Amino acid sequence: MRKIQLPASDEEIRALRVGEPVLLSGVMVTGRDAAHKWMMETFIKKTRAPQGDDLQVYEELRKLLPGNVIYHCGPVVAGLDTKEYRFVAAGPTTSIREEPYQADVMKHFNLKGVIGKGGMGAKTLKGCQETPGVYFHAIGGAASYIAQSVKKVLGVYKLEFGVPEALWVIEVQDFPVVVTMDSHGDSQHSVIEAQSKQVLDELLAQPY
Amino acid sequence: MRDLTNEIVEFIRRTSTDLPADVETRLRTAVEKEAPGSAARGALETVLKNVEISRQNSTPICQDTGTPIFYVHYPEGWSTRRLREMIRAALVIATKKSYMRPNAVDAVYDKNSGNNLGGEDFPYIHFEEVDAEAALTIELMLKGGGCENVGAQYSLPNNALGAGRDLAGVRKVVLDAVQKAQGQGCAPGILGVAIGGDRGNSYAKSKEVLFGKIGERNPDPALAALEERLTSEANTLGIGPMGFGGQTTVIDTKITGMHRLPASYFVSVSYMCWAYRRRKMTVLGEQVSYE
Repeated sequence: MRKIQLPASDEEIRALRVGEPVLLSGVMVTGRDAAHKWMMETFIKKTRAPQGDDLQVYEELRKLLPGNVIYHCGPVVAGLDTKEYRFVAAGPTTSIREEPYQADVMKHFNLKGVIGKGGMGAKTLKGCQETPGVYFHAIGGAASYIAQSVKKVLGVYKLEFGVPEALWVIEVQDFPVVVTMDSHGDSQHSVIEAQSKQVLDELLAQPY
Repeated sequence: MRDLTNEIVEFIRRTSTDLPADVETRLRTAVEKEAPGSAARGALETVLKNVEISRQNSTPICQDTGTPIFYVHYPEGWSTRRLREMIRAALVIATKKSYMRPNAVDAVYDKNSGNNLGGEDFPYIHFEEVDAEAALTIELMLKGGGCENVGAQYSLPNNALGAGRDLAGVRKVVLDAVQKAQGQGCAPGILGVAIGGDRGNSYAKSKEVLFGKIGERNPDPALAALEERLTSEANTLGIGPMGFGGQTTVIDTKITGMHRLPASYFVSVSYMCWAYRRRKMTVLGEQVSYE
């Protein structure tokens, strides 16, 4: 199986095609609904003025994210009292909610990929072509299994968003994913969606 | 009335970290239907491996420990107010122990409460009284947000789908809901369907019906036949585990009928992900048992 050490180069990303299983290693950052909305409004569209430690976190993210991936995940974390954080359960969350933001976030931070579940839409697919980047699909609900590939929690930003919504910086080893959207404009999700729609239309036409 | 807080913590631990046997068995059957080396088969194998690890380590099967939905049948004379306090206290402890993720977010102020308690509605607790000599039973379902988001409610007739106010129409809208869900709700899923009611209680019933065992059929032969037909037709859609394509999109379908207003005909579909976490605890005298 192909292994990728993060940060990844454009060449490594362009070599990936839909359907390929990959093991990811290196540093990544979790971010989901609150994080994407915050990044978009505060740093990309700038419709909201930076507050508190926003600018400081932004500078850290600008060092961490280029060439790396963002993981749509709201983990269960142990050690909240002692700050010796440990991921207990850490599967992917549904990615499509980040569709309004993802392509812009990818371009802004030069992200090479997104990990999530369920796939994303046309805007993100176009973003994957332009950046270039890929969508890595992790197995939804496989939280304890995936948590085992998280070797270390390096830090956390924006804990005030709540544990699931905070940006956790983690070091992973052999994190298992499948490429379901690539940088060449192919999406496994749009293929399955179109095929299943055709079957649905046939079923709807049948008598009861 | 005894304090059951610790027993309920244990009950929550079991629910979050171990999958019911009937669900696991059905997932194991599903693996064999997928082609060796396919992404669908790989997904199901990972899912089953995850179930084993979670059970061994007492860690949540899914990090989204969901909306805790409790159904309590209490013997006449028990205090529902005290039972509610115990359940809420147990949930706080279970969250501290990392069996549960802090999951209650104030929708107006965007603030996570941090302990899984949120106002009077989180967790959701439904009480029913039984005879004084009967056992106390607590059922718990943890329903994650990914699958909750792909649930759907239809008001029939639905012209776009050609769905009228009968079981033929119900069939059409349920299939539409499954196709729209794709893999977003962590397929393979289990469908809870309520026909009738108002918008509110129809959705509630579509979840309540999910407390039944896999393979349990509605006693009405017409509904039982529709349950089986929907499962098998949904599996021809080819969405498959995680939406990777494949043979198993839906594991089981459960339908319940309700009364409705003459003007209304709702069909509510609750989609439950493969991580179908539901358990029951029974208290009779000093005996506490979990199933």
